[in-house]
Amino acid sequence: MNRPLYYADAIKEALALEMRRDDNVYIFGEDIAQYGGVFGVTKGLVDEFGEKRVRNTPLSEIAIMGEAVGAAVAGLVPVPEIQFSDFLTTAMSPLVDLAATYHYRIGTALPITIRAPSGGAMNIGNFHSKCLESWFTHVPGLKVVVPATAHDAKGLLISAIRDKNPVLFFEQKKLYREIKDDVPEGDYTVPLGKANIDREGKDISIITYGTPVHWARQAREELKQKNIFAEIVDLRTLAPLDKDTIKESFKKTNRAIVLHEAPKTSGFGAEIAAMLEEECFHDLAAPIVRIGAKHMPVPTNPTLEQYYLPSIQDITTAAEKLMEY
Amino acid sequence: MPMLDSQDLHGFKPSGDAQQPQELATHGLIHSLLTKQDLLNLYHYLVLTRTLEDKIHYICSHQNPKNPLIIGKGYLSTGQEAVSIGAAYTLKENDWVAQSHRDFGCLLMRGLTVDDLLMQYFSKVDGPTKGRDANVHLGNTQKRILGFISHMGAMLPAANGVAWASKYKGENNVTLAFFGDGASSQGAVHEAMNYAAVFKLPVVFICNNNGWAISTPTHQQYAIQDISARASAYGMPGSTCDGNNVVEVYNHLKKAVDHARNGNGPSLVECKTMRMAGHGTHDRAQYMPKDQIEYWKSRDPISNFEQRLINNGVADDFLFKNKKEELAQLVNEAVERISQMPGPTVDKQLDDVFAK
Repeated sequence: MNRPLYYADAIKEALALEMRRDDNVYIFGEDIAQYGGVFGVTKGLVDEFGEKRVRNTPLSEIAIMGEAVGAAVAGLVPVPEIQFSDFLTTAMSPLVDLAATYHYRIGTALPITIRAPSGGAMNIGNFHSKCLESWFTHVPGLKVVVPATAHDAKGLLISAIRDKNPVLFFEQKKLYREIKDDVPEGDYTVPLGKANIDREGKDISIITYGTPVHWARQAREELKQKNIFAEIVDLRTLAPLDKDTIKESFKKTNRAIVLHEAPKTSGFGAEIAAMLEEECFHDLAAPIVRIGAKHMPVPTNPTLEQYYLPSIQDITTAAEKLMEY
Repeated sequence: MPMLDSQDLHGFKPSGDAQQPQELATHGLIHSLLTKQDLLNLYHYLVLTRTLEDKIHYICSHQNPKNPLIIGKGYLSTGQEAVSIGAAYTLKENDWVAQSHRDFGCLLMRGLTVDDLLMQYFSKVDGPTKGRDANVHLGNTQKRILGFISHMGAMLPAANGVAWASKYKGENNVTLAFFGDGASSQGAVHEAMNYAAVFKLPVVFICNNNGWAISTPTHQQYAIQDISARASAYGMPGSTCDGNNVVEVYNHLKKAVDHARNGNGPSLVECKTMRMAGHGTHDRAQYMPKDQIEYWKSRDPISNFEQRLINNGVADDFLFKNKKEELAQLVNEAVERISQMPGPTVDKQLDDVFAK
């Protein structure tokens, strides 16, 4: 049975289901036990599963990530939380050099899912707002997931935990208690590597993921008033990337906006734009447009953060321009 | 250049069992529960490791650079084999190790063969990393050896994870985690030790303090006398031993391993030794003071152990000579055999980037 659930609660439900299914699945991280994590996502899990399987750790991201690697080698299914995805920078070596290369070099699979709250638009500044996904899509051996809905957050997290590889699961902290959508009660999966046509349209493909899916929905409504019908492609996972769904949408619309919250420069949008240019050149009716944040540290001040982030108007203006081709 | 003092010699100053260094100086009796067979086993692995690494060194210096048998350089434990070997001898079958650069002795004791290690150095498709990686960057999950990476200190947090898994599953396995004096400055090492102490993990941190981090001597790396002094700050026992005395290394490690196995948490054991050559076979180590080399040469872990085996009536020159000949032949034959094996091919390389 479906019922509306907050994005955060959908994540908690996925964790609980997986921990009930498999005794080897456990969660650990800073403040995640009694306190429930700084966003309350894991609140209550310690009561059901106990302190062994829901464990607070010292403020030691290297040690947390290292534990995940060793525990996975020894047969556990670790699901660490990195309190803010920004703090991944302190644990790059165990993630990028040890975990990501382990299967290729040593031949042992590492089923690790790293939950990392990501993104801003909450006036919490540069050290709690960044979107680092493109740093990790660049690394062979890592999977990267960015869910945009509560339904997908639960289904993708279950898939990630069951996957045999290190998966970075970038939860959108802005969405935790801001969106609710229909979530089935029981066990289901949303496959990794499969994009979703979030909204259909014939004129322009807005290719996006995470929180900006909701910006795209808003822009799409405004564009409708101007008789422009946008299709929204929600990537859901960036690595592996579902090129087929992107290309199928683009072959229909021949126009694309690639939208993300991370800075435009060297952002994941560049990868999509280049891929379409290389693989769908004959379907291009107009240049591919990238929309992302400005190339600056994330400011805390609301006026400045708004300036930093892409706006709905950026999307509608770009769409109208594209229709002129 | 300042005058050489004991710091420059990287001289060994015992902080623990005062009997041991004296014993070394006088070639006196061996104080240990080890049996005669144990001592001979230790001797076997000391000589095997030395023989294998001498061969690797020889190949590195004599091979045709345009068509090399060894891809890359050799990273050897010559002159400091007793650290890895004395430590590994304390382990039981299901225990784990996280090795560092100079732990072929340990790897051989844990069940990797001379063939395995040569396949790794020769980058052969049947080797531990399928010819993808080379030299000391290897692991073997079946044999409970974590896969080493070059980021110094990086294996300690991972060793914690293995130790945690043992505790989680209610098993009683200990994890030995090796690191060097260079790695001791890394944040990963400090995080790992604090973390292990907090969770009372069954892990033993063993510092192979060989005096040099590539060209940087220890007095440019830390401002204390013994790295083991840090143990108390993390809340764990710490000791320093003579890393060139295989029995002393064993004794210190045995205590730490038992401590971990009995559920009392981690320990830090520092083994003072000396890197008797460059960091790798490409490094001529011209930065090392000659007196320091001479001082440590006189303390060679194999010849000193031989003397003590004689003094204790355990073995004689005849045994040593036979052992060396036997193992030289074993290594030479392995080199012949392994060098003929195929290297990796490019097909299907992408298939293994991710596990299916």
